[in-house]
Amino acid sequence: MVIRQSPYGSSLARAAVDLSLAMGAFEQHFDLLFMGAGVLQLLPDQDSAGIGLKSIGKVLSSLPLYDVERVYVDADALLRHGINADQLVLPVQALDTLALQELLNSADQLVSC
Amino acid sequence: MIYTLLVLSSPTSGHGARTAYRFAQAALARGHDIERIFFLDEGTTAGSQAAVYPQDEESRLQPWIELATHHGVELVLCISSALKRGILDAGEAERYEKPAATAHPAFVISGLGQLIDASAKADRLMTFAR
Repeated sequence: MVIRQSPYGSSLARAAVDLSLAMGAFEQHFDLLFMGAGVLQLLPDQDSAGIGLKSIGKVLSSLPLYDVERVYVDADALLRHGINADQLVLPVQALDTLALQELLNSADQLVSC
Repeated sequence: MIYTLLVLSSPTSGHGARTAYRFAQAALARGHDIERIFFLDEGTTAGSQAAVYPQDEESRLQPWIELATHHGVELVLCISSALKRGILDAGEAERYEKPAATAHPAFVISGLGQLIDASAKADRLMTFAR
């Protein structure tokens, strides 16, 4: 499952998170990969009350309850947005471009939102 | 080959939704099977029977209806995406006390489990994004 949307820029961001939760609830074996602006979803202390929306970071932090195999992030995207991999709402593994290619190639099916 | 299609694109912006039904038509014509077509996020507005499109343009609803009625393809709208966009079937309209059902009866409104189930049964999951 590849998540590429910034958290509050479009409704697709939340839809992709809901799909991830549903995949966990239905006991699918899947990895989660945050790429591009999608890495912004992992920032801690997202205060979205001012725009009348639920915090996506808070929803994501419940993912470990759902048996997600692994959470990966695009290392370049972290660098570009000045984000430190240790301070995110989920424990993540950062991957360089080559490792990303290998991960994507190893999947039976990909959903990219 | 068995395909499941995931449609994220709106029928009113860009061409992803059109590409999706053209793909479905082509796959069926070549003897492939479509397990299910699942509409998520903006994609769910494809199921509106209340939308009025310009008369001098190709219909954006009819191709889906034909896939369902002529080929028995299951068209499923994600319930949470559909409801907040005003796409309701008769049951949901009654439940939320809304004046009318706006989803075309060729479409079914259901949960994300329908996408997960259909992708597990398919050889390929094709996403038609924005």
